[in-house]
Amino acid sequence: MSLDLPLLWAVVIAAAVFMYVLLDGFDLGVGALFPFASDEERDVMTASIAPVWDGNETWLVLGGGGLLAAFPLAYAILMPALYIPIFLMLGALILRGVAFEFRAHGRRRGRRFWTGAFTVGSVTAMAAQGFVLGAFVQGVRIEGRAFAGGPLDWLTPFTVLTAIALPLGYTLLGAAWLIAKTEGELQAKARTWTVRLTVAVAVAMAMVSIATLAVNPAVSARWGVSMAAVDLARLAPLSPAPLFGALALAALFITARKAGTHFAPYLWATGVFLSGYAGLALSIFPDAVPYGVDIWQAAAHDNALVLLGVGVAIMLPLILGYTAYVYWVFRGKASVEHGYH
Amino acid sequence: MGLDHVLLSRIQFGFTIAFHIIFPAFTIGLASYLAVLEGLWLATKKAVFRNLYMFWVKVFALAFGMGVVSGVVMSYQIGTNWSVFSDKVGSVIGPLLGYEVLTAFFLEASFLGIMLFGWKKVGPRLHFVATLFVAIGTLISAFWIVSANSWMQTPTGFAVEDGRFVAVDWLQVIFNPSFPTRFVHMVIAAYLTTAMVVLGAAGLAAVLGRGSDEARTMRRMAVGLVAILAPAQLLVGHESGRIAHEHQPTKVAAMEGWWETGRQPTILIGWPDDAAEKTHVLLQTPKGFGGWVVTGRADDVLKGLKAWPREDRPPTVLPFWGFRIMVGMGLLMILMGWWGAVLWLRGALDRTRLFHWAALFSGPAGFIAVITGWICAEVGRQPYLVFGQLRTIDGASPVAAGAVSASLLLFVVVYAIVFSAGALYIGRLLVRGPGQAEDVEAATQPPGNPLAMPIGGEGAPPPRPQTPATE
Repeated sequence: MSLDLPLLWAVVIAAAVFMYVLLDGFDLGVGALFPFASDEERDVMTASIAPVWDGNETWLVLGGGGLLAAFPLAYAILMPALYIPIFLMLGALILRGVAFEFRAHGRRRGRRFWTGAFTVGSVTAMAAQGFVLGAFVQGVRIEGRAFAGGPLDWLTPFTVLTAIALPLGYTLLGAAWLIAKTEGELQAKARTWTVRLTVAVAVAMAMVSIATLAVNPAVSARWGVSMAAVDLARLAPLSPAPLFGALALAALFITARKAGTHFAPYLWATGVFLSGYAGLALSIFPDAVPYGVDIWQAAAHDNALVLLGVGVAIMLPLILGYTAYVYWVFRGKASVEHGYH
Repeated sequence: MGLDHVLLSRIQFGFTIAFHIIFPAFTIGLASYLAVLEGLWLATKKAVFRNLYMFWVKVFALAFGMGVVSGVVMSYQIGTNWSVFSDKVGSVIGPLLGYEVLTAFFLEASFLGIMLFGWKKVGPRLHFVATLFVAIGTLISAFWIVSANSWMQTPTGFAVEDGRFVAVDWLQVIFNPSFPTRFVHMVIAAYLTTAMVVLGAAGLAAVLGRGSDEARTMRRMAVGLVAILAPAQLLVGHESGRIAHEHQPTKVAAMEGWWETGRQPTILIGWPDDAAEKTHVLLQTPKGFGGWVVTGRADDVLKGLKAWPREDRPPTVLPFWGFRIMVGMGLLMILMGWWGAVLWLRGALDRTRLFHWAALFSGPAGFIAVITGWICAEVGRQPYLVFGQLRTIDGASPVAAGAVSASLLLFVVVYAIVFSAGALYIGRLLVRGPGQAEDVEAATQPPGNPLAMPIGGEGAPPPRPQTPATE
């Protein structure tokens, strides 16, 4: 029996990163919406994410740890290439992570500081991840088994665009999450935010898609789209991804405006992300480091993949099970009274 | 010439991991303590246990949050700054770290939510299960991370193919020679760290004139634990040192300040000098005592650092002093544990003022011991990343020194802010102390849903009598 272990692992890590984006995406996005809410509303917003943010962020650790374990070469090339945005992200995640607790303990000045730190940290972390995404898509200079570019390779007009687009997307997830978890005036605000962000994200996704095709000949060849011509034979089989994205955006726009909806906007927002993510995967596969190292070259030794595979097969269903249980325990509208402070 | 990127990366890793270890060292012990408190509360329904739980869970939330965010850094820093190491050793170390995430991190992070915010959302038994899972998660996490680190100290069960390490026998990788002892050493260290903080908090309450059932219970629980675990730790640490001497003789020679080969003394106070290849000794035992301590045989001839070429030796000052400070803290803990036990037997535990002050000042002893102990272990492993196999200088990333300086500066600033605020908030909580009205109120508010805890019902004890001012 021959199981394609690297392929299996590529799917596992891609799924972990997607889980991260969907889950931490909304709690980072809530941080970006803080400045538009009153202080009482901020408490409700915090209460809606406080019990789950830590679990959400753990998917990021699985992404990093899993990459080291399953594709050490990809990890070894990408991390130095993305050195500055990675550390920007880590520093920002530290500030916003402690802000959950510290905000509740601070008195007047401290509370104001940590409220600000939560927003600045969330926005910076999102933008840094946007740079990471952009730098990944535009490709990394490699020599032998190492990154061979400069410390600022990650900073280009294309990555600036992704560093604006991704935070808009995360903030959209956050706003849609708040429709699900709040009521009354705050929910009405969240609907307005969601509608506006849906439009912004539609524009941003279109711009990133066009820029990706313009920047990378390999990607545009795969999609059969170039400045000169459109090759429908290539484009047609891949087109469900962008078409589903357009459908999800439209549905999101409609459900967010309709009174009485709760979870529907968030679900459609995850649909938007699913379409973008699928588009990315179709553009990059089978590279682990674009454009030069594929998943089979980057993979760890087979016995490492097998050992880890056993762990994933047993643990991942359990993790998904109790994660779902925790979300179920905290189902319904958020309120500030259930804290332990 | 400025600092090179390898040295800067080492400083950054050392700084960030020293900051990080403070919190797991505390929360591993505190999670278990909280599980014990909640279990006792469920079993006895005594309010004092619930009040203690409500108090320490706040401290736990603060410390755990700082541990989580400083830990995320670790899972990326191995790649950003030590990419060659990642490439070469990923197939061996990676799965161990992967298992840490899969078996521990998710468990802790998910049930932490219920532990902190689910008091009125789930029943008391389920809440206890959540606390228990968090506590078990911290221990599983320690298992994997100490295993991975121990493999770097005493690598076994691997082969090298094309310059990259692959596992040949996973059990030998995971249960490498130094792992079992170092795991026990670390878990006991974490329990002692927490117990010393709890004892210190009880001392603080007494010094502030706030004697309460809670403070007295804390003091007894901490004294009991320290009196037993601190001496046990001395034995475990000794065994750990013996194993280190067997597999990493250069580390032990650096810790002991031995340069010449022969029958060795134990140097109590001195200053090792790498350039002069000698230790300036102020106070030492007769020769032979060092051998007796390390191997059990006074007549053994043990190698000094000069037996190895310079490029294979670790720097000595940090291991030497790290070791002495760690042992000093250990002896202080034994003293506090036994002193407390004697006072307890005599019925004087709560009214010996000197003991309260001593407890207050020795509160950080565990943290100091953990940090100096790890410095000793990690600097003593030099000049290798994987002892005897892969040199530190050969594992670093091809990154610019300027970028590393920037990230190091970022961490210094961010951690300074986070640490000061965290210390301030935990300090405020400790000064306020357990058993305050608002904790009791928080636990006994009208339930939010039908599953809420049956507090104030048939199981609730009568109001606590005012205690005489014995403290």
